[in-house]
Amino acid sequence: MRSHQTYTSPSATTFKDRSCEAGKERQTTTLLAADDIRRAITRIAHEIVERDRDLSLLAIIGIRARGDALAARIQAAIRANEGADVPLGAIDITLYRDDLTRIGYAPVVRESLIPFSVDGRVVVLVDDVLFTGRTIRAAMDALVDYGRPRAIRLAVLVDRGHRELPIRADFVGKNVPTAAGDDVRVHLAEVDGRDEVEVVARVPA
Amino acid sequence: MKWTRRHVLETDDWSRDEIETVLDQTHAMIEILQRPIRRAPPLRGRTVILFFAEASTRTRVSFELAAKALSADVTNITASGSSVEKGESLYDTVRTLEALGGDVVVMRHASSGAPYFVAERTHAAVINAGDGWHAHPTQGLLDAYTLRDALGDLDGKRVVIVGDVLHSRVARSDINTLIPLGARVTLSGPPTLIPTAWRCGQLPPGVTYESDLDRALDGADAVIALRLQRERQESGLLPSLREYSRVWGLAAERVARMRPGAPVMHPGPMNEGVEIDAAVAHGSRSLIEKQVTNGVAVRMALLYLLAGAPTPSGAPAPATSSEASA
Repeated sequence: MRSHQTYTSPSATTFKDRSCEAGKERQTTTLLAADDIRRAITRIAHEIVERDRDLSLLAIIGIRARGDALAARIQAAIRANEGADVPLGAIDITLYRDDLTRIGYAPVVRESLIPFSVDGRVVVLVDDVLFTGRTIRAAMDALVDYGRPRAIRLAVLVDRGHRELPIRADFVGKNVPTAAGDDVRVHLAEVDGRDEVEVVARVPA
Repeated sequence: MKWTRRHVLETDDWSRDEIETVLDQTHAMIEILQRPIRRAPPLRGRTVILFFAEASTRTRVSFELAAKALSADVTNITASGSSVEKGESLYDTVRTLEALGGDVVVMRHASSGAPYFVAERTHAAVINAGDGWHAHPTQGLLDAYTLRDALGDLDGKRVVIVGDVLHSRVARSDINTLIPLGARVTLSGPPTLIPTAWRCGQLPPGVTYESDLDRALDGADAVIALRLQRERQESGLLPSLREYSRVWGLAAERVARMRPGAPVMHPGPMNEGVEIDAAVAHGSRSLIEKQVTNGVAVRMALLYLLAGAPTPSGAPAPATSSEASA
């Protein structure tokens, strides 16, 4: 079927069809620089403590792969501000995804690590980007398999909108209006070697 | 890496990458087994059929727990009490399994190669839970996981496998899994129970044969004792179980020849006092109970990977086969 396409005339290689570039060409803008990320985390840490003053009930659980790094930073910020060590955990939501039967391969499952009982605690779930809300749904399902938290709250570095489920964040680093096709890329020193949040916009067709 | 295999028949053609993917996923599954609620939802709505045409307790229960921990529906077909006993052919049994809508068929069969026959004739993913003398890949993988967990890394480590290698599907699968991970294997056991070609020096790469068990164990990093089937004595391959125990049994003073703390494993069920002394089987070096727990996690990892793997057509595995039920 495709055999006629294997021949490429010399002129075809120089001809650039702009319509082929639609949806491909990208414009990258920095949304948060390293300093902005640091400030956002400090502010979120303060807000968490203001909301639930009883630190003995608090626990912070990050969603892998970048939420866990952010969770550790928030925990460190609470320690610096309040002098209290809040229990820290990491949760992997792969087995709770709602698209496992559709994607056609088995995504890598990482180990969840929750070295304390979540029963009766106020658990702050931490993720890097809040988008459709499906990851958070999966994380809540996973979390209740560990026990019955008194409350679950949600902290995210970036809320980019386009929710598909009735979920909202309690603590937000930055709200950003985006197009559905845009990419929001969070780079964190622990995972990617640098701190930066970028938006990669697609050129509309 | 992206998992692409449809079946687990034997690990002899697996890459190191594939084996390590299974072991890494196993590590994540172990955490689920330690939770208050030992259940995660990825196989909801999938059916796992356990088709055991040969006696087995621990492997079948292990697969059943693994499938249930991932929320699959589990159905058992055993040879005794099923139509297999009434003379149904393996092919007809396969058609029945198809019609029942099994997504994964876990099978044990006395004939080597039976899982290959089934895999070619069904839409379901097939996991070999032991076929004749040929292979027992999930045991090989759980042994590799247990050893890697205990030793940190298998590169350059020397593992002794002692006993009835000739009739042992466990020994073959252990070799096929441990060698790609960088380990070396020393076989030991009565010459009558070692495959002739191997005894005569034509061994797979990384594998050696040492007839003297004491010498084999000197400085070894781990030992796996194989189960001695008592019928072997009647068939004239052994003079007596007492002599076997004296020459090839894992006694405390023998085990002490290995590297300090080197672990002892056994696929079970054990004949204590024959291939392994009770003091060793339940001693501080023994990982035998750990093997059982790790077995569930390895099988969870495989069920998870197979359920997600694409079918030959590229689409996700069909829930049922309308063609077979017609």
